[in-house]
Amino acid sequence: MELLKVENLEVVYNDVVLVLKGLSLSAGQGRITALLGANGAGKSTTLKAISGLLEGEDGEITDGRVLLDGEPVQGLAPEKIVRRGVFQVMEGRRIFQDLSVEENLRCGAFTRPSREIAPGIEAVYGYFPRLKERRRQLAGYMSGGEQQMLAIGRALMAKPRLLLLDEPSLGLAPLLVEEIFEIVKKINQSAGVTILLVEQNARAALAIAEHGFIMENGRIVMDGPARELLSNPDVQEFYLGIGGSGEKRSYREVKHYRRRKRWLG
Amino acid sequence: MAYYLQLIIGGLVVGSIYSLVALGFVIIYKATKVVNFAQGELVMVGAYACFALTVQMQLPFLLAFLCTLVFSVILGLALERLVLRPMIGEPIISVIMVTIGLSSVLKSLVQLFWGTDIRVYPQVLPSEPVVIAGLPVAPVYIAAFALALTLFVIFTLFFKYSRLGIAMRATAYDQQAAQSMGVSIKNIFALSWCIATMVSSIGGIILGNINGINSQLGVLGLKVFPAVILGGLDSLLGAAVGGLFIGVLENVCDAGAKDLLGLSGFKEVAAFVFLVLILMVRPYGLFGTHEIERV
Ligand SMILES: Nc1ncnc2c1ncn2[C@@H]1O[C@H](COP(=O)(O)OP(=O)(O)OP(=O)(O)O)[C@@H](O)[C@H]1O
Ligand SMILES: [Mg+2]
Repeated sequence: MELLKVENLEVVYNDVVLVLKGLSLSAGQGRITALLGANGAGKSTTLKAISGLLEGEDGEITDGRVLLDGEPVQGLAPEKIVRRGVFQVMEGRRIFQDLSVEENLRCGAFTRPSREIAPGIEAVYGYFPRLKERRRQLAGYMSGGEQQMLAIGRALMAKPRLLLLDEPSLGLAPLLVEEIFEIVKKINQSAGVTILLVEQNARAALAIAEHGFIMENGRIVMDGPARELLSNPDVQEFYLGIGGSGEKRSYREVKHYRRRKRWLG
Repeated sequence: MAYYLQLIIGGLVVGSIYSLVALGFVIIYKATKVVNFAQGELVMVGAYACFALTVQMQLPFLLAFLCTLVFSVILGLALERLVLRPMIGEPIISVIMVTIGLSSVLKSLVQLFWGTDIRVYPQVLPSEPVVIAGLPVAPVYIAAFALALTLFVIFTLFFKYSRLGIAMRATAYDQQAAQSMGVSIKNIFALSWCIATMVSSIGGIILGNINGINSQLGVLGLKVFPAVILGGLDSLLGAAVGGLFIGVLENVCDAGAKDLLGLSGFKEVAAFVFLVLILMVRPYGLFGTHEIERV
């Protein structure tokens, strides 16, 4: 069963820049789906198109549909989409730095009835005990990892059905990435939240996802079960940094891949 | 000495009105980043609305007071919807021009309906002074100060604990992130204009009970600038302290200049002289936030 279906989405910024060029993807109910791609491919744009946050950036959906449980939600105001159960954790965490940790969490529950707030906060502390120790602290003074935890915890306060995570590993040490991804997996399993995970760290993302989509230049160029993507030689070469001969390769060579355009065919 | 103490008390009372107006100004600035040059005119409109209700329509004062509050909420909503919202996304200077235009329009409307004469409210509180610590103080002063204080306590609690109050602070920090929580930015903007017109109206009503009112009342809005810049543009506590301080400063400097230098009229400039001094020392005000610099 697909909770989210995106069909032939086209997004234009400032009336001229076409960033998504007929993108289609789907996210299965209760599953983790990864969306991978190079810088500037349009991953964040895809998430913002789903959550309605394009509105504030002079971006517009010019074609295609976003279906949540079969119902179109494209073009709705972001606050309406949040009330439908879609919550985006934006790239760069975007926590409210001059609010305390607990006030940030309360903000996450903006659309929920008051009686859910206290148990919600406790549940978040269950996933992220470190936040509890810092509950009264100004969020701006927390470390990057703690801020990411707060950003995810804040999202949980909204009790979303679909959680859109934009690069949760950004700027975190490998050990912390692992910790955070484990918690994401736990959230998915224990709360049954459907997750669409955008990542640069393809290996970490595919390790917890059931299904993956790879996008390039505003389109999906490949998709499949995470296990298959992990063993696919092209994916290994360009997203996991393992060259054909087994040696490490860098992202710089993505350009070289673009010239070949093997998947666009 | 007693003379100066009286001046300080008078300064605190007028200062508490500045504080209210500054509060309105800061709320709008924080939430919408609009510098509202019509804040003083909102005070004037509130004062005249209450005047019309008590004197011209003969309503009991308390009822007139409540009706004025309702009126100012509606006015705030209307201004936000019809004047400010179309300006969203326009350059800041255009928005400032619009608020300056708004102040002229409001002033002309008041002159149109009530002329330019000084109007006085009927006496609501007894005029017999109460003696506090050996000093006679007019009951209206005490009421004015208490009312302003109460409002500040209410708003402090509102911003600290209520869902909407926290959402307003969140919006002030990062609009798009607040939107991603399901906060409607339009509603927050409308709410901040409502609060701002309401507290300004209350300031106007208090002023009407202390002095007479006339169509130049809006000039008071200018006093808000030293008050908020002293307190930091985005701090409620700063607005409160700044307002009180400016009120006292004006009175004391005025008398001081008269006694010591034989100068009169220092009252009008004292606040602005002080403003320049403060900006030289602490450009973000006494209570304003420095940005938290870390990513
Ligand atoms: N607000 C905007 N206005 C104009 N162009 C934009 C805007 N936001 C993004 N773009 C452009 O759209 C393209 C896709 O951007 P997007 O942020 O979706 O990429 P991304 O895949 O998330 O990249 P990254 O991995 O670097 O975060 C980029 O070329 C970018 O310059
Ligand atoms: Mg991105």
